[in-house]
Amino acid sequence: MAKAWTRDGLRATALLSPAYLWLTAAVFLPLSAMLYYSLLSDVPFGDAEWRITLDNYRAFFETGTYAALLWKSIRLGLTVTVVCILIGFPCAYVLAKTIRGRSREALFLLIILPFWSNSLVRIFSWAIVLRGNGVLELAVNAVLPFDIRLNLMFTQTAVVIGLVHSYLPYVILTTYLALQAIDDTLIDAARSMGAGKLTILRRLILPLSLPGLLAGAVLVFVPVVGAFMEPRILGGRFGTYYGTVIEDQFVAVFNWPLGAALSFILLAVVLLILALSSPILRRAPA
Amino acid sequence: MNHFRTFAAVSALMMTTTGVLADEIRVLNWQGYGTDLGWAVEAFEKATGDTVVHEYFNSEQEMLTKLRTNPGAYDVVLINVAFTPQAREEGLIAPIDKSKVPNLADVSPDFANNDALNADGELWGVPWTWGLTSFAVNTQTVSEIPTSIQVLWDPAYKGRVSIRDDALESVQLGALATGQSINQIDDLDAVEQKLSELMPQIRTFWGSENDWNQFMAAGELDLATYWSGSASRSQASGLPVQFVVPEEGAIGWLDGLSVPATSEHKDAAYAFINWMIDPEFYVRWDKEGAPASANAKAAAALPEDAFNRRVLGDPEVAARVQFQKPVPDETREQYLALWQKLKAAQ
Repeated sequence: MAKAWTRDGLRATALLSPAYLWLTAAVFLPLSAMLYYSLLSDVPFGDAEWRITLDNYRAFFETGTYAALLWKSIRLGLTVTVVCILIGFPCAYVLAKTIRGRSREALFLLIILPFWSNSLVRIFSWAIVLRGNGVLELAVNAVLPFDIRLNLMFTQTAVVIGLVHSYLPYVILTTYLALQAIDDTLIDAARSMGAGKLTILRRLILPLSLPGLLAGAVLVFVPVVGAFMEPRILGGRFGTYYGTVIEDQFVAVFNWPLGAALSFILLAVVLLILALSSPILRRAPA
Repeated sequence: MNHFRTFAAVSALMMTTTGVLADEIRVLNWQGYGTDLGWAVEAFEKATGDTVVHEYFNSEQEMLTKLRTNPGAYDVVLINVAFTPQAREEGLIAPIDKSKVPNLADVSPDFANNDALNADGELWGVPWTWGLTSFAVNTQTVSEIPTSIQVLWDPAYKGRVSIRDDALESVQLGALATGQSINQIDDLDAVEQKLSELMPQIRTFWGSENDWNQFMAAGELDLATYWSGSASRSQASGLPVQFVVPEEGAIGWLDGLSVPATSEHKDAAYAFINWMIDPEFYVRWDKEGAPASANAKAAAALPEDAFNRRVLGDPEVAARVQFQKPVPDETREQYLALWQKLKAAQ
């Protein structure tokens, strides 16, 4: 018995070790290096003197600036997530339940296509589309009989548009998987018992696809809260968010310890939000 | 041509004194800032046999960090004189051996005797280029060239203004607009108030020369703060812009070339610095758009109509310029906090 257990244990260790090694190398080591940085008083290069301190975390609370920006970023994350769900759920529903065969494959390809181009290139193409006298404005004015100024570039709307475009595929793909797993006969049964379209959606499809929808929402919300590239390029003077301030610490001001501390505060806040919403996540039928 | 011959002769002399072995020198600079011009490097390599390799930085802090972390890796480094004292105090740079940079004799005494470059009776960086931070206008949309910095606050240009996303530059701009010295800001609250009034005017911030050119070319801006050297480069590339030195004055800066203390190819580094302040190099660089040269002989060698001679050579303009002095770390952090607060409030 003991022998068998050891053999199983060995096998499990052998099978799991690549995964754990990878997690250690790719997640644990960089994160602990950053945690270490966040506790230093100065970048520990060359002759610079440094000591262990909590000052970087204190800096977050000393001015209202960082907290205000964090709140602004969380609001941006919520907005983008809601817009992604509003657009992504109907898309995924049509893909999973209405379209079959070849055309479904073609549509899938179109959804994944943005992933194949560099995200920076995507954002710059949005800049060309949105800017004054840009592609969008010219197109709208060509159709409408009167002149219209959209002035979308360098606004918060532009940031939301760019982010939604970048992260929409996550919501569509996760929701699609959940929707496809719903047995069509269930829907037929509901219909045969006289349920209307709205009732079927509310009582059957939404609850059953909720896990996929929520997974998509988390995949969108978490990176958007820390986003810095899209706000910087599309946001103009409104483009200062929590993520851009962290980027500044690393790239412009060279205050890595403060940047690392701000990143860990973001990580903690995001984890807290996820923990608070986990009862809702768990209640969803798997 | 005459200059080039003397340069070649001097370099040849150096080769004989230092042995015929060619060195590879490593230059640390902003990208696209003079030292890495293809023809200039080729001419240097041809004359001395030494090869030149470049490495770039994106901020002064990054430059200092690179010097600290890679001893022996660099032979020539560009340092804005506002940072030279810090580099010297940290022991990162070596004093210049003036005898090995003959062109130094032609550098204007105003620059060569700069407080920030001189300490302990030694020179810690060769004055290379200088220029102004002020603003430029889009001549297609602004018909009358403004004479006052207050035009940036003019409601007529609401949403058509841009400034650089930089704490020090913004605060100093605010100081100029509130009639204060950029190096001794007594009323920082007034600067903050003035800058917060500027915010609604702003369309976007710019970060690099490339950004600036794109926004201007796309017609997004009427007025934007800019550097004089970059303005002449943008003009040379065909953008309809004009640089303005307003009556309130402008921010002046001076860049020097220093030799890191740990450099192992100091002679080759001096030869390269000497070539960089050579009038022949400068006159050709100026055609492609350059900042002003610290070398008086080089400045005098420019054609009459060159921007760097016509505008920056004008004594009436020079009188309005306030040169940037080194900024202590605490003040820098104070400016940064102010700037972040203003941006976060948007």
